[in-house]
Amino acid sequence: MKKTIIKNKAFRSINMYTLSSKLKLTAIIFMIVGAIGLVIGFLQAPSDLDDVREMMAAEEHHGETSHGEEEAANFAEAEHGVLLDDEPSRNADEDEAHAAEAGAHDTEHLEHKLHQLQNKPWAAVYVAAFFFFMISLGVLAFYALQYASQAGWSPVLFRVMEAISAYIVPGGIIMFVLLALSGFHLNHLFIWMDPEVVAHDEIIQNKTAYLNVPFFLIRAAIFLGGWFIFRHFLVRNSRRLDEATDLHYFKKNFKLAAGFLVFFLVSESMMSWDWIMSLDPHWFSTLFGWYVFSSMFVSGITVIALVSIYLKSRGHLPFVNNSHIHDLAKFMFGISIFWTYLWFSQFMLIWYSNIPEEVVYFISRIENYSLPFFGMVVLNFVFPLLVLMNSDYKRINWFVVMTGVIILVGHYLDIFTMVMPSTVGESWFIGIPEISAVFFFGGLFTFVIFNALTKAPLLAKRNPYIKESEHFHY
Amino acid sequence: MASKVIHAIYNDDDLLLQGVKQVREARYHIGEIYTPMPVHGLDKAMGLAPTRLAITSFLYGVVGFVVAVAMMNFIMIEDWPQDIGGKPSFSFIENSPAFVPIMFELTVFFAAHLMVITFYMRSKLWPFKQAENPDVRTTDDMFLMEVDVADHNVDELTKFLYDTGAAEIKLIDNK
Repeated sequence: MKKTIIKNKAFRSINMYTLSSKLKLTAIIFMIVGAIGLVIGFLQAPSDLDDVREMMAAEEHHGETSHGEEEAANFAEAEHGVLLDDEPSRNADEDEAHAAEAGAHDTEHLEHKLHQLQNKPWAAVYVAAFFFFMISLGVLAFYALQYASQAGWSPVLFRVMEAISAYIVPGGIIMFVLLALSGFHLNHLFIWMDPEVVAHDEIIQNKTAYLNVPFFLIRAAIFLGGWFIFRHFLVRNSRRLDEATDLHYFKKNFKLAAGFLVFFLVSESMMSWDWIMSLDPHWFSTLFGWYVFSSMFVSGITVIALVSIYLKSRGHLPFVNNSHIHDLAKFMFGISIFWTYLWFSQFMLIWYSNIPEEVVYFISRIENYSLPFFGMVVLNFVFPLLVLMNSDYKRINWFVVMTGVIILVGHYLDIFTMVMPSTVGESWFIGIPEISAVFFFGGLFTFVIFNALTKAPLLAKRNPYIKESEHFHY
Repeated sequence: MASKVIHAIYNDDDLLLQGVKQVREARYHIGEIYTPMPVHGLDKAMGLAPTRLAITSFLYGVVGFVVAVAMMNFIMIEDWPQDIGGKPSFSFIENSPAFVPIMFELTVFFAAHLMVITFYMRSKLWPFKQAENPDVRTTDDMFLMEVDVADHNVDELTKFLYDTGAAEIKLIDNK
């Protein structure tokens, strides 16, 4: 036992993690491909009503010849409803009076459609940006939790967690820029930002004290600034502890982590109201903050497990054993069930009470998004439940990786079904902009976190629990 | 039954775990271990067969789930359909969101209670059973390892156990 420890020590003192050029290249290729795809996505978005008319005609044609995919069928059906109104206006010379009336109706529909399609690439960017940002935020919360609870099993994974949480800074700045662009009306994701909409909407008028652009951006700045500062000091103290001779920085981090968790619980909840729930400004749910939290927490833990398994497979984390993976997998399993619990609680209460202004949220999701809406429950609940229930499977790396990938896809869909119905409505489709945005932010995320891993030794060697963590065996 | 056993008492669970490993390496036979609380990894260290309690628990959970579905279907759909909150109960599947909490609760109820009962039966425990702890301190803060003497040298074994960190060693001669 002693011998191996000494060997490990020698190994780690010479071996800082270095970003392999292969991984770097892969991340950059993903970013470039994603960026190109995003440009295409933005260029493809219609700029006026004629474009929409053309696109719809093309799509209907496509819908008829398609191979009966569920989405395509839904899509064509929705299209068809609009097109029925469209027909009289084309044969306008038959009945002019009728045509004028129908034409106005038609224009309204088309405008609605135009807004949705113009929102589509923005919403795709927004979903992917938020998804990867929330992973790093979830990891930061998990990291702070380890300090606050003085957990003994996890310190060997601290450097991995610190690295993943590094994405919070670029990711957070991107989120802020996106929100600011919405605030300056470069896109129409948030309808309450549109003064014309507010002028005709009494419910939003009553909320303007909270939902107004300056206050919205100030809040975002406070949340992001708070998270950046806490992250900065937590990581700095952790690095300084490596060189310290006493536990001063450890104690400091304990207090800091506890403070962060208090700040985080409040700010995360408000962040989810602001950034996601306010997309539907009429609708509200009191457990929405928790719901978003569970999603970010399970995604974050999953990414910790995936990155740890990847690094271990490259021989970088000799001190991580399968008991650590087992514990992470337990968290993945448990928080997946927690997510389902909140998802269902939110759904069932609203479904049962059936109050029109509340239930509209789920009607739009079940009618137009039934595949992602129910599909994500299979991915996020049924799959982890069945695969990770057995204790032994939680130790098998490829089981954890497979489930982890499924969980991440499921939680992307979760964010997707939170954002899309109120921004693009029934015009959704997982196409070029959506996939490209995931590629772009996925590449950036990978690059940032693996780059951050090179900044410090992979073992927080002077953490007082590091021995316990290295010997952790269950 | 071995007639002669040695009771080695430890006052720390980590010491106990280490002791168990050393005793087994030295090929002595551990009869039983009494602890005031569950010690993680003790079953593995002792080389006990993995528990099948988890599998029974899963099966009981499945039974509970089936019972809940059958029960709700009979009560709410077949026997006495009611219109609750504008949701007439003519179809199980349409009303199923309302039944999910019951399914969940009964799954947990069956899994937990039947698992505990199974555990008691397998461990031969029942109400008013006389405690078998050889030393009352094992219900407080001491860990007791019972090692069969068999044909080993008692002095050697005592010395060995003492070196593993046992705080107290007693020879029990069951005649």
